[in-house]
Amino acid sequence: MSMTTVTPKARPRKKSRSHRFAVSLLRFLVVAVTTYLGLLAVTFFIGRVVPIDPVLAILGDRAPADVVERTRRALGLDLPLYEQFFIYLKSVLNGDFGTSVLTTNPVMSDIAEVFPATLELAMVGTIIGTVIGIPSGVLAAVKRNSIVDQIVRVIGLVGYSVPIFWLALIALVIFYAKLRLVAFPGRLDVVYQYTFEPITGLYLIDSAITGQWDVFWDAFRHIILPGALLGYFSLAYISRMTRSFMLNELGQEYIVAVRAKGLSESKIIWGHALRNAAVPLVTVIALSFAGLLEGSVLTETVFSWPGIGFYITNSLQNADMNAVLGGTIIIGTVFIGINLLSDLLYRFLDPRTRNR
Amino acid sequence: MSTPSVTMGESPKPYSREWLLSDRPASRRQAQLGRAYVTWRRFSANPLALLGLGIIIALILIAAFADVLAPHSPVIGDLGGSRLFPPGTGSFLLGSDDQGRDILSRLLYGSRWTLLVVVLVAIISAPIGLIVGTVSGYAGGWVDAVLMRITDIFLAFPKLVLALAFVAALGPGIQNAIIAIAITSWPPYARIARAETITVRNSDYISVVKLMGASPVRIVLRHIIPLCMSSLIVRVTLDMAGIILTAAGLGFLGLGAQPPLPEWGAMIADGRRFILDQWWVAAMPGIAILVVSLGFNLLGDGLRDALDPREGNQ
Repeated sequence: MSMTTVTPKARPRKKSRSHRFAVSLLRFLVVAVTTYLGLLAVTFFIGRVVPIDPVLAILGDRAPADVVERTRRALGLDLPLYEQFFIYLKSVLNGDFGTSVLTTNPVMSDIAEVFPATLELAMVGTIIGTVIGIPSGVLAAVKRNSIVDQIVRVIGLVGYSVPIFWLALIALVIFYAKLRLVAFPGRLDVVYQYTFEPITGLYLIDSAITGQWDVFWDAFRHIILPGALLGYFSLAYISRMTRSFMLNELGQEYIVAVRAKGLSESKIIWGHALRNAAVPLVTVIALSFAGLLEGSVLTETVFSWPGIGFYITNSLQNADMNAVLGGTIIIGTVFIGINLLSDLLYRFLDPRTRNR
Repeated sequence: MSTPSVTMGESPKPYSREWLLSDRPASRRQAQLGRAYVTWRRFSANPLALLGLGIIIALILIAAFADVLAPHSPVIGDLGGSRLFPPGTGSFLLGSDDQGRDILSRLLYGSRWTLLVVVLVAIISAPIGLIVGTVSGYAGGWVDAVLMRITDIFLAFPKLVLALAFVAALGPGIQNAIIAIAITSWPPYARIARAETITVRNSDYISVVKLMGASPVRIVLRHIIPLCMSSLIVRVTLDMAGIILTAAGLGFLGLGAQPPLPEWGAMIADGRRFILDQWWVAAMPGIAILVVSLGFNLLGDGLRDALDPREGNQ
């Protein structure tokens, strides 16, 4: 935040640290609550207001008038809009998103079942993106304008420009159909699908802690391609940000100082510059993780990966609005949560932002 | 480079290099042209930026002359005679799809839909962001607080998922896809416009206009918005790639343009069934999307470097 937004009146300097902490906590809570209310207002709007007649959407146009009237009452559509919103809010906050037309289960239990698959995929993607993205960003910054820098830049630019579902299809043709290196579709082969008992829902971890290494290998062969694709997208973002943070640090005076002290170049880069760039990088990694949760919608569709994205698109195809909106709210909740947490983390890790 | 040889009393020839680079422009027009010239010099020194500009100009020309350029009809194919030809068969340069339609012709016509989407999204969302941001920055106080809270709320949403839900409720179709994308893409513009407004709000020239009795509306419209334009244009250009990708994603899921419209994302979805044997049906439209969004990214990067050299050096 810029300094100009601070209130012009000179505040009494006596205010204690705990008071300041309470104020920033309160501000954080206000931001969190209003953002979340905003999300729910939008999903409410999409679900109740945008369709011209929700009853028609459920019953079709041949239902008798009394059934229409009963459904209208059952849905609470005879109530004023703000009252409807209030009821909606109450049920959503209780984890009640209604029943899925497609699976006939409560949407919440459906989502609880598919969510770990998305989580695992996004985690693999973020790990790949971080492990490759940070060193390549550092290298690009250190060897600025060299051929390495250009290569990292082009890889990043293509990552920003390529349609992920298309790249996924091409990757499937090459690595699955032609080279036979990876497995497809889903998370496990049919052989294991009905015998494997998940514990956390993250198959790689579950199979490793129970020592079922054949299952682990199978799960790995399934996740590696979609994980690598998502990893590529977070790599594009992470390497670009790392490069710009590192250039910023390398231009600082303390770098000249440690260089004058005679520290080796690798210690200066990895020990000093990257350490100082680490704080904003944590935020970037968290945001790219949130982005992957969203990016998984298209990737999961291509790989038939049974996660929340596949659930949403599958429900879309079957006009199952409860499931679509439930999935939207869950992704939105995680997305907003990560956004806010990374903001908080940034303040916590960087002492300079704390005393403002 | 030789220094402009301007001596007192003798003004350089209009529209010459010296005239454009003059420190003391005699008219507003000269100052504007001079600035445009300097920006263009910086922009054109960057070969990647020129490549991006070339791609976008080519896209516009192709969209304008698609009916002249396309060798076949984009929607009517020959089911018996030309189904799933590989690239290079006869007059089917990029092959044909499962309905016997020429893929090249469909791509050429598809450029119109791509262009339509980015232009309409920009026309809808940029003014919203501009107005919200400038009003918020100029008014300050509770207006600012409320508007920025709304902006932040929209900024914190997952864009693609929200656009998906919107289109699911509105019904599939290209207009609804455009509306959905526009609704989710204005907040960054509001942020930029607000930041620019705050930096100029208390400057002397604004005080002068205020003293001359200009209304707040006039100040915002005539004196603040023009200053926000360059950063806004850069940001909109950089966002174009994302807009194209989102629109293609919606098309791929069957929520954007409906058949038989030759929209690129929907074309990839069509080719998905034959991807293992007739790879070109899905591969060609993807390459088109990649090239165009790469073009917008390169152009945006180049514009940013040219308009704001501070950041460009990073």
